[in-house]
Amino acid sequence: MDENQMKQEVKPPPQVTGAETLGKHESMLSIILKKFFQNKLAVIGLIMLTIIISSAIFAPWLATHDPNATSTLDRLAPPSAENWLGADHLGRDIYSRMLYAGQMSLWVGFAAMLSATTIGVVVGSVAGYFGGWIDGVLMRVVDIIISFPSIFLLITIVSVFRPSPEMLIIVFAILSWTGTARIVRSEFLSLKKREFVLAAQTLGLPKRRIIFGHILPNAIGPVIVAATLAIGAFIITESTLSFLGLGISPPTATWGNMLSDSQDLTVFLTAWYYPLFPGLMIFITVLSFNFVGDGLRDALDPRVVEK
Amino acid sequence: MTAYIIRRILMTIPILIGISIISFGIMQFAPGEPTALDLDPNISPEDREAQLEEMGLNDPIPVQYLRWAGNILQGDLGSSFITNRDVATMITERLPNTLVLMITSTVMTMVVAIPIGIVSAIRQYSKRDYVFTFASFFGVSIPNFWLGLMLIIFLSVQLGWFPVGGVGTLGGEFNLFDRLHHLLLPALVLATADMAQMTRYTRTSMLEVKNQDYVRTARAKGFKEGKVVYKHALRNALMPLITMFGLLLPTFIGGSVVVEQIFTWPGIGQLFLDSTFQRDYPVIMALTMFGAVLVVLGNLIADILYAVVDPRIEY
Repeated sequence: MDENQMKQEVKPPPQVTGAETLGKHESMLSIILKKFFQNKLAVIGLIMLTIIISSAIFAPWLATHDPNATSTLDRLAPPSAENWLGADHLGRDIYSRMLYAGQMSLWVGFAAMLSATTIGVVVGSVAGYFGGWIDGVLMRVVDIIISFPSIFLLITIVSVFRPSPEMLIIVFAILSWTGTARIVRSEFLSLKKREFVLAAQTLGLPKRRIIFGHILPNAIGPVIVAATLAIGAFIITESTLSFLGLGISPPTATWGNMLSDSQDLTVFLTAWYYPLFPGLMIFITVLSFNFVGDGLRDALDPRVVEK
Repeated sequence: MTAYIIRRILMTIPILIGISIISFGIMQFAPGEPTALDLDPNISPEDREAQLEEMGLNDPIPVQYLRWAGNILQGDLGSSFITNRDVATMITERLPNTLVLMITSTVMTMVVAIPIGIVSAIRQYSKRDYVFTFASFFGVSIPNFWLGLMLIIFLSVQLGWFPVGGVGTLGGEFNLFDRLHHLLLPALVLATADMAQMTRYTRTSMLEVKNQDYVRTARAKGFKEGKVVYKHALRNALMPLITMFGLLLPTFIGGSVVVEQIFTWPGIGQLFLDSTFQRDYPVIMALTMFGAVLVVLGNLIADILYAVVDPRIEY
């Protein structure tokens, strides 16, 4: 009985390899990178993202056609040596348009993520650090925004105001910072009671420096994960709106509005490749962000040990 | 417990007020005269003024808000700018179609996600577990409108296996098989992301329970493995999942807009989208409120259920 109990208490977590890893001194970053690169899906995601992002950046050199050049003769032309992935209903080259669409879709995703994360981090830090009525008010605001079915509110706002891409990014950010704010707040609630915060306070450091210089770096892991997953989510939201004809309007190509133009029975019957490829790009891009986000989650979580 | 439930219900009131102010505010800032379509362009400025006065549109905005909110509380959602029909009637007409879609999707989600999640958890790190994990990544990453489009193109248009859209064959009499035939694809598209999500939650939940002391005790007592898994582990693993279903509601509401549009399903989502294109503000406002209230209710039910099923939680 006693022996059993002893055994249980001493038993190390099953996956820790013991001597080999415990002996060496490794920096936090190298441990994280090592864990990340051991995750096959995460590495695949990272490679695919590199390809997709470079193809958007280098679109002017990779494109074979002007993305907006129409051609009556090439309407709904099937994939060929001339139009690698076929042509759309106005005879525009789908391959070239898709590259340029990637620029817009990725830009919206990244910019919205950065804005939403910034708002979320600031609100979450302030609420978590100060607590009390500040926390109460800020968290009620979060409750209200989170209660809206965001696609309903987005469609309402977008259809009423018809925003430019920049405005669209701001609207996305305003509606989507709440998740990050909650994550940061809960991290702050537990971190602010630690000794290093007390030490910083005792030294008389300004609050801003304690919050952003001392506590925030310790809470950044979950924020990075949420931000990575958010890019994928924003790309889906943007393409959903554009698909419904409410997001970014033509002739500027986005993966979503390319799909919107393809809703047509003739296309369905004869030109199935036209809606196939832009959608596939959204799918692969979002999938890659999810792979990478999941890999980062495991890599940044010290409770998940290497296998 | 009762005190907690009452407190939780009271907490929704400020949220609902906030939601109504935002809905109302958006329409106030909306460009264009909200009554433009209602008023004859040829009438004199005096008559127009009189009409605005009569409709209460010259009152201060807080007064207009209170009147609007008061009407909503009494179940009067106003009438459409376009068809002049009662908004509440328009919603109730279409609600059954949306409910059928959502309920079918919920059932599909449960039937698929729970068994797969259990198998994944019991056989953690097995080949099957990896396949299901991979599949669930696909499920959450695939854009629902594209999935719907592809299904329509390949299964409906090219192969002719399924109808292209609608709730049933036009002009036909009610026929259960026909209805189900029309229902299958839209319900599947609506459920895809949630199936994947719920599979992950079931797996996590089951993994947490799997190594608990009482499961080991059950095993030590010599119960068959099946009984241990389904009687002891599963029951406890399912508890947090009950609350997850309350949280599915928002994704279904959002998803229904897209799915109903693609499959020309005459439900709430389609009504909403149509009215945004026509700038039919009373309908937009009513539906935004309606959607938000459903989400708040979903969260409320989830929280209360959680308190009911898990007696360990103290308030």
